Amino acid sequence: MAGKTLYDKLWESHIVREEADGTCLLYIDRHLVHEVTSPQAFEGLRLAGRQAWRSRSIVANPDHNTPTDHWDEGIKDPVSRLQVETLDANIKDFGALAYFPFKHANQGIIHVIGPENGATLPGMTVVCGDSHTSTHGAFGALAHGIGTSEVEHVLATQTLVAKKSKRMLIKVEGKVGAGVTAKDIALAIIGKIGTAGGTGYAVEFGGSAIRDLSMEGRMTLCNLAIEGGARAGLVAPDEKTFAYLEGRQYAPKGQAWQDAVAYWKTLKTDADAKFDAVVELDAAKIEPQVTWGTSPEQVLPVGAKVPNPAKEQDPIRRSGIERALQYMGLKADTPLSEISVDKVFIGSCTNSRIEDLRAAAKVAKGRRKAASVKQVLVVPGSGQVKRQAEAEGLDKVFIEAGFEWREPGCSMCLAMNADRLEPGERCASTSNRNFEGRQGAGGRTHLVSPEMAAAAAIAGHFIDIRSF
Amino acid sequence: MKPFTYLDGLVCPLDRANVDTDAIIPKQFLKSIKRSGFGPFLFDEWRYKDVGQPDMDCTHRPLKTDFVLNQKRYQGAQVLLARDNFGCGSSREHAPWAIEDYGFRVIIAPSFADIFFSNCFKNGVLPIVASAEIVDQLFRECAAQPGYRLRVDLETQTVRNPAGEWFQFDITPHRKHCLLNGLDEIGLTLRHADEIKAFEKKHQAAQPWLFV
Ligand code: SF4
Repeated sequence: MAGKTLYDKLWESHIVREEADGTCLLYIDRHLVHEVTSPQAFEGLRLAGRQAWRSRSIVANPDHNTPTDHWDEGIKDPVSRLQVETLDANIKDFGALAYFPFKHANQGIIHVIGPENGATLPGMTVVCGDSHTSTHGAFGALAHGIGTSEVEHVLATQTLVAKKSKRMLIKVEGKVGAGVTAKDIALAIIGKIGTAGGTGYAVEFGGSAIRDLSMEGRMTLCNLAIEGGARAGLVAPDEKTFAYLEGRQYAPKGQAWQDAVAYWKTLKTDADAKFDAVVELDAAKIEPQVTWGTSPEQVLPVGAKVPNPAKEQDPIRRSGIERALQYMGLKADTPLSEISVDKVFIGSCTNSRIEDLRAAAKVAKGRRKAASVKQVLVVPGSGQVKRQAEAEGLDKVFIEAGFEWREPGCSMCLAMNADRLEPGERCASTSNRNFEGRQGAGGRTHLVSPEMAAAAAIAGHFIDIRSF
Repeated sequence: MKPFTYLDGLVCPLDRANVDTDAIIPKQFLKSIKRSGFGPFLFDEWRYKDVGQPDMDCTHRPLKTDFVLNQKRYQGAQVLLARDNFGCGSSREHAPWAIEDYGFRVIIAPSFADIFFSNCFKNGVLPIVASAEIVDQLFRECAAQPGYRLRVDLETQTVRNPAGEWFQFDITPHRKHCLLNGLDEIGLTLRHADEIKAFEKKHQAAQPWLFV
């Protein structure tokens, strides 16, 4: 019998029942909840007179709507405030293992606070009404985003009705060059497979370049799995994973820790297991990436030029490029390094962990943002990240460089709070989506790594971090 | 959930690939704590010249007249014809809520994003995957024939054009059953509550650290 992939093992260990057509009832260990996709789910429970099946599976906090400055003034937008207060009330009524309300010292982006509190563990099934739940796959957990009806379903039954995905291995072998980060690896992968390349697959990331990544880097990589169409991204747990988790609040302790680690060590793909698809990349060939269009697959190395639609044979792709260039206000064949930026955003569940902030601070240290850059926002992913950064003096580095040091939250990743782009403004952003209007109606987003974002803030335009 | 059995509906063609959920329903509408009333804001940025806000009255907003949804011939459409990777992006269920609230019950495309695809079924919307050739043909016919309609029959899993040509689509028996009967999935699952409890016990014994 052929061996099993990590995904097979995670899937099979959570099947409550299986129908003849392969539809499974899958048990859910961890349910992450935020204010945007949950109100209608709790309302549904109430209407049906149902309870939460296991409220201690829930870890919750508001993040999308919370402001990142003037916390003393509360949430000014009444619609945002109502959504956050609705979450407060729902958690009060239905319970949770952990809740970090607005202004709590540990509040942050849900995908940052899960791991940092040890609430995301290898071998778990993790869901959240948010597509970037794929982030938690960095721990060897089967983690994916769900819709609000499914949030309600998990609340009420602790299970999800799901069908197994196909298995894809994305293998990145070799060593990345200096200045090339997990973000660049992820963008290069999406550039290669396309935003639909992973649709229908659970992706396992493997190869020496992936093993070399820190836990923060692996989270960045898995976070972006969804941008390649894959609902779940996975990295097998190893010593780095265990070292990251040991001692964290909800991680097991004592004998339970020993038992858990022994089990977690079995969570890897067997040598003779088969994947349905394998994609290989050479780490040494990956360069710092910049997106130029309105889809994460519209990405190129920083030394490249904006593509010319006239050279594209496929008519649908050609009109896609034309539309993207028009929206982005870019001319074909412009070198990416000549594109100037109006704003810079360093944050989001992709790149707001301590390592990201250290990398950005290293670039910013002793320098100042270009006068032409209107605003540089640095938004830590959580209260814990913020305190750590301040203990290391990173906040001072940013402030001295003319950057703004904010309170944690999703912020300008999707601009549901006051942080946003104005129409036509161009932004170097460490977030995950460059869709039209994502960072504010008419705003233009270029996705880059934290290093590249900080460098763009200082130079006023995109610049190859390797020559910076 | 409204049951879906059979539909003979006007078709609206949306000739773009990678239509993402931010385009389907922009984020300002995610602030709502309701699950209805999103139809007037479907494709808000493509449809209107101004920027929509939740609870706004849309009847007098300036329209982008060349956008398909604003063209007279497509008013009242119930079938949305789309290109590859429809519904990519976020998991927001507001996207199928907006599509359903607008009046679409069927979306036909060569491929869909996973989460969007499964969200549709939970809201009485039937997403149909058809080959790129078939979708091309439907786009051509739709452009050429004003008032172009398709007949979608879930029982036989078929889509029929006005010329009587038809193709068959796939759907899992479970989804079909729920959609045909408008069934609430939670109620169905809770019929297996004993099995869930039994699994939970076994799971807790094997990995007690998951149950802090
Ligand atoms: S940071 Fe952005 S992508 Fe991440 S959860 Fe918040 S809004 Fe979603």
